[in-house]
Amino acid sequence: MTDPNDATQLRAVAERVVEEHDPRSTPTPDLLTTWYDAGLTWVHFPVGLGGLGVSRGLQPEVDAVLREAGGPADVRSLNGIGFGMAAPTLVEHAQDDDLKREWLRPLAGTHHIWCQLFSEPGAGSDLAGLSTSAVRRGEDWAVTGQKVWTSVGHKARWGLLLARTDPDAPKHLGLTYFVVDMHSPGVEVRPLRQLTGQAEFNEVHLSDVRIPDRHRLGKVGGGWQVARTTLMNERSAIGKSDSRRGAGKIADAVSLWASRPDLHTPILRNRLTRLWLRAEAQRLTAERSRALATTSGPGPEASIGKLVGAELNQAIYEFCMDLLGPEGVLYDDYSPRDTLRPGADRLGPIQRRYLRSRANTIEGGTSEVLRNILGERVLGLPRDLRADAGIPWKEIPRG
Amino acid sequence: MAEPGTDEEEFVFTDEHRALRTAVRRFCGAHRVRGPVELDGGYDARVWRRLSSELGVLGLAVPEPSGGGGGTLIDQAIAVEELGAALAAGPVVGTVLLAIPLLAAAPPHPARDQLLARLCSGEATAATVLTGSPGGLESTPVDAIVAPDEDGWTLSAALGAVPDAGAADVLLVAVPTPEGTAVVAIDTDQPGVERTPLVTLDLTRPQARVRLTDVFAHTIVEPPHADAAARSALHTAGMLLAAEQVGAGQHLLDLTVDHARTRRQFGRQIGSFQAVKHRLADMLVAVEHARSTAYHAAWALATGSDDPALAVSIAQATCSPALSRVAADTIQLHGGIGFTWEHQAHLYFKRAAADAALLGTTEAHRDRVARVALDLASADGAPPIADGLPHAAVRP
Repeated sequence: MTDPNDATQLRAVAERVVEEHDPRSTPTPDLLTTWYDAGLTWVHFPVGLGGLGVSRGLQPEVDAVLREAGGPADVRSLNGIGFGMAAPTLVEHAQDDDLKREWLRPLAGTHHIWCQLFSEPGAGSDLAGLSTSAVRRGEDWAVTGQKVWTSVGHKARWGLLLARTDPDAPKHLGLTYFVVDMHSPGVEVRPLRQLTGQAEFNEVHLSDVRIPDRHRLGKVGGGWQVARTTLMNERSAIGKSDSRRGAGKIADAVSLWASRPDLHTPILRNRLTRLWLRAEAQRLTAERSRALATTSGPGPEASIGKLVGAELNQAIYEFCMDLLGPEGVLYDDYSPRDTLRPGADRLGPIQRRYLRSRANTIEGGTSEVLRNILGERVLGLPRDLRADAGIPWKEIPRG
Repeated sequence: MAEPGTDEEEFVFTDEHRALRTAVRRFCGAHRVRGPVELDGGYDARVWRRLSSELGVLGLAVPEPSGGGGGTLIDQAIAVEELGAALAAGPVVGTVLLAIPLLAAAPPHPARDQLLARLCSGEATAATVLTGSPGGLESTPVDAIVAPDEDGWTLSAALGAVPDAGAADVLLVAVPTPEGTAVVAIDTDQPGVERTPLVTLDLTRPQARVRLTDVFAHTIVEPPHADAAARSALHTAGMLLAAEQVGAGQHLLDLTVDHARTRRQFGRQIGSFQAVKHRLADMLVAVEHARSTAYHAAWALATGSDDPALAVSIAQATCSPALSRVAADTIQLHGGIGFTWEHQAHLYFKRAAADAALLGTTEAHRDRVARVALDLASADGAPPIADGLPHAAVRP
C-alpha cells in the first residue's frame, strides 16, 4: 500500500466529502457520519465498516483534509475510547457484520459514546484477576460486579466489558468479553472524583445486568485474547503525539519559559533543555515507528511511547511548577467540570496538568508493567515469577 | 546505492542498506578488529586497507570519480555504526569522520583529488584538526605561525591531543592565513614533525601530541571555502559519531540481555528479577532514542531536510549520554566479571567517555540546542526553528 496513487486518490475522496459537507457549517455528528459512510474514519477497516481496506499509514493524510477544511481539531478525542479502543476491537471480534455496522456508525458519528469496563478495585495491573461474574441465563448472560476507572462512563451508551465466566479455570482462561448497553437495568454509574477535583472517571456497579449472547466478543473463555487487542490499541493511542518539533506537552513548558524571563536561571535552562531533548528524541522515535509501520511490523520503538510519554509529562509539569515557584501553589478551581464537551479545555492551567500527570504512569498500564513488557516481549527476558500460574482463579488468594 | 535527494522516506532502510550492514558486520566478525591491537599505531593496517578494497566503506558517500563508493551519508552512517558495534580500531575519527568529509566538501583540485582518493582507498590515513580547542563545536583556526613558502606555507604549531595523529600519513589542519582560514596538509614524514603518543582513556583510539617546527604545508582547501568545508565536516563527523555510539550501545544491550538470560543467581535467571529487567528496559529506551536522533541526523544531512547543526547537536546530546549510561549499566549488570580487564565492557565504557568529549561535550551540544529552542522561543511557544518533519524536506 505504498503506491503513492493511493494517497492521492484517498485525498481526492476526502476532499469531495468536505466540499459537499462544509465542516464549518455541518453539525459535527452529521459530518462524522458522512465521513464514516465514505470509509474515511478508519481507512484500514473493510469497505462498509468505516474504511476502504487500505494501509493504516494513510490515515494522517485523510485526517489532515478534515482538519484543514475547518473540521474538529481533534476528532478522536470526542469519543476517545470509541475511536481508539472499541472500534478496532469490534471490527475484529464482533459476531457479524450487521452488528459491527450497528455499533460502528453511531460510534463514528459520536452519537454513541463508548467506555471500557476492565479495571476493578481488586484488579488493576493484575487485570486478569478480576472478579465481576457473568453467568449464562438462557440466551443471555447475567453480570454482577464492580468496575472502576471508567472514563466517560456517565456519558457512555455502550461499554466494553471483561467478566469472569469460569472461576474454576486459571485466571486468564476463565474470562469472556462482552459489549454492555450502559442503559440496561442494573447498571449504576457513580462519578469518581480525582485528586484534580475533576471526575473524568467513574465507578460502575453492575447488578444482574442482562447481556444477550449476541453481544459477546470472541469465544466463551477467550476474553483475554480479545482484551489484548483493546489494550494494545489503547497504548498506541496514548503513545501518539503531535509530530511537529517542540509541539505537545513540551510546548507548555517552553511557552511558560518564554513568557517569564524574570524567572530564568541557568539551572532551570539546563533542566528545560534536557526535557526538550528527551521530548525531541521521543518525537523522532514516534516518527521512526510511523515510518516503519508502513513497511514492516511494529518494532521496539512502538512499545516505548507510552512509558516515556508518561514519565516525560510528569517531569515537564514538575519543571513548570518549579519555574512558577510560590505562584504555583495557587489553584484555580477544584469543582468538577465537564471535560468531554467539544472544545472544552481538557487540561486546564499548569497546576491542574501537574496534578493530572500523576495518573499518566498508572492509567493504561503502569510504568512498572510496561517495563516488564519491554523486558519480556521486546528483549526476550525470562518472565517474572507468577505465584498464581495454572491455579484455578477461585483458589488464588485475593485482597 | 540511492542518490541523495530522492524521495526515500526518512528512517526506512532499503535492501542495499541492509546488505551493506550485513557485509560490514560479517567483516568485523571475521577479522579481529576490536582494539587495543598490539601493533604499530594501534591497529592492523592490512585490515584497514581491506575495509576499503573488499567493502569500500571508507569513502562511501564520496562520488565514484573521486575514488569513493558513490553512496550517501546514510550508507556511511550504517558502515560506521557497525564499526562502532565492533569497536573497530583504526583511524576512523581522523580519516573517515573528518578528513574524507572535509575533502569531499572542498572544491576539486589536483592535490585535493589525489589525497581524497588515497584516503578512500586506505593507502593513506589522516589526522584532522579543525577546531582551535580540543573538542570544540565550531570550526576555528589553530594557534599557528604561518609564513608563505614557495609552493605553500612554512608552519609552526603545538597541537594538543590529536586522535589518530600517531600513525597518520597526513595531518589536515585549519590554520590562519592573511586571506582567512585555510586547511593545509602536512606530510608527517618530513623533519620538524614531532609526535608524542599519549596514553588515552580509550585504549582502542590512540591520540598523540604534535609539535610542528617550520614544516612545509600546502593548502588543500583555499580560504574562501575552508570555513564552510570545515563546518560541513564537523557536522558530518558529529552525525557519524552518533551512529557509532548507536552501534556500540546496541552491542552492549545485546551482550547484557544475553548475560541476563543465562546467568543464574538465587536459583533463577537474573533477567527474571524486576530490578534487572527494568534497568534493561531503560537501556533499551536509551538505545532506541539514540538511534532515532542519529538516523534523523543522517537523513537530515543526506537530504537537507533539517537544520544540520541542530540535528547533529540533538543527536550528540542524546547519543553521548545514552552510550555512557548503557556502558555503565553493562558493567553493573555483569557484576564482578564486568569490572575485569578481560571482559570487553570496560573498553566500551572508556570509548563512551572518549566519544562524549571528542566533537563537543554533551553540555556544549545542549547549549547549542538551547540557544535555538529556548533562547529564541517566543511566548506563543513556537520557536523559530525548523519543524523537524521529514516530509517538509526541501529536496533538490
